[in-house]
Amino acid sequence: MERAACIRAAAVVAALTSTCAFAQGFTRPDQGKLTATGGVTQIEGAGGGGLTPWALITGYGSRDSYGGNAHSTFVDLSDYSLGTYGVAAGFHDRFEVSFSTWRFKGTDGALDGVKIEQDVVGLKLRVAGDAVYGQDSWLPQVALGAQFKRNKGITGLEGLGVSKPTDLGAKDNNGTDYYVAATKVFLDQSLLANVTARFTKANQFGLLGFGGDLQDKYKLRFEGSIAYLVTRKLAVGAEYRAKPHNLGVDDEGSAKDVFIAWFPTKNFSVTAAYVDLGTIVNPFVPGKQRGAYLSGQIGF
Amino acid sequence: MNFRNFIASLAVLGSLAAPAFADDELYTKQFGGKPGMAKITHEMMVGVLADPRIKDFFAKTDIERLEFLLAEQFCELVGGPCKYSGRDMKTVHRGEKINTAHFNFLAEHLQVAMENNGVPTWAQNKLIAKLAPMHRDVTEPR
Repeated sequence: MERAACIRAAAVVAALTSTCAFAQGFTRPDQGKLTATGGVTQIEGAGGGGLTPWALITGYGSRDSYGGNAHSTFVDLSDYSLGTYGVAAGFHDRFEVSFSTWRFKGTDGALDGVKIEQDVVGLKLRVAGDAVYGQDSWLPQVALGAQFKRNKGITGLEGLGVSKPTDLGAKDNNGTDYYVAATKVFLDQSLLANVTARFTKANQFGLLGFGGDLQDKYKLRFEGSIAYLVTRKLAVGAEYRAKPHNLGVDDEGSAKDVFIAWFPTKNFSVTAAYVDLGTIVNPFVPGKQRGAYLSGQIGF
Repeated sequence: MNFRNFIASLAVLGSLAAPAFADDELYTKQFGGKPGMAKITHEMMVGVLADPRIKDFFAKTDIERLEFLLAEQFCELVGGPCKYSGRDMKTVHRGEKINTAHFNFLAEHLQVAMENNGVPTWAQNKLIAKLAPMHRDVTEPR
């Protein structure tokens, strides 16, 4: 199969990409990208920072190969905890597919013991530029992505007649975010910068469904990341992610973090962060939800 | 976030991250001048020639001359008082069937050599920034 045709097919049918990769006559992943240039795994499972998907394609496969990884992330907030794990693969440094499953729990306050679960399937297609090799150009690497989110229900609030986000005022339990991400590595300054524009209806990343009593329209929200490359195996940075406010029962705001990511080898990375997810179901659970974020990734 | 402001704040951060210096200082202080760069290119090639993934590209190469040319080229790229006297990147690599992975494996040997010779990461990245766009000319066109 010709490469260009392969990429077009990949864009249409995610499941076929692995077939395309193998059909081109290689069986072994090349780990041909430079350390850290696959990024880490963001909260929804895409290659990126911690909160924000980047235009970089996950894994260490070069344009001639493929890469993949598995991750597990734990976030310990003031009144909640969030655990996610999942897998992702990148093909030809062009196309990415990811899966992540979430378990969100109330650990204190009014929602202590309440559990919410969701699954996220992500697709990403790089459409322009090269974040690393385009050092002589202002054009960043640009990718288009989608994250399909399916809420698996709320447990622990049955007494109030709540078992799914729509019971809290959301318009849908499932929904899709669309985004455009632009990422550039400024090697001369040892900096990585990313800006992501997300079209979303999600309430608290989808945990509380999509749309609500206040509004039920796709909103454009901006996200940004900046990282300083301390060494080729260590990066420190900060992120910001704006979110819509659709639900009357939840005074939703923005999320931010400061992070440190360590890449001892191409097969393992660990990211530690301090996150501030803003309030979640304020005023019922008042106060900013802040705490430690720890994520590990193994892959190739 | 306003994109223009974002870029402006990047520039500010960048200037904080990398101290200001005269061009020649990068070459002499961070890369150790002529002896330093000669050592870096030599150690890089020792790594390359021991790497089964890429060593075959250099089977017929005059390694001593290659090290000399690389030191000259890197010196020029970091603003040192040199002028690369070799052929252009496209001509030299034509037909070699070098792919992105090969290009990066060699870059990693350079990074290790710079690390082992005490070149700080911010200075390493200034050289890598100049080498990265050569990917276009060095690798096989697709």
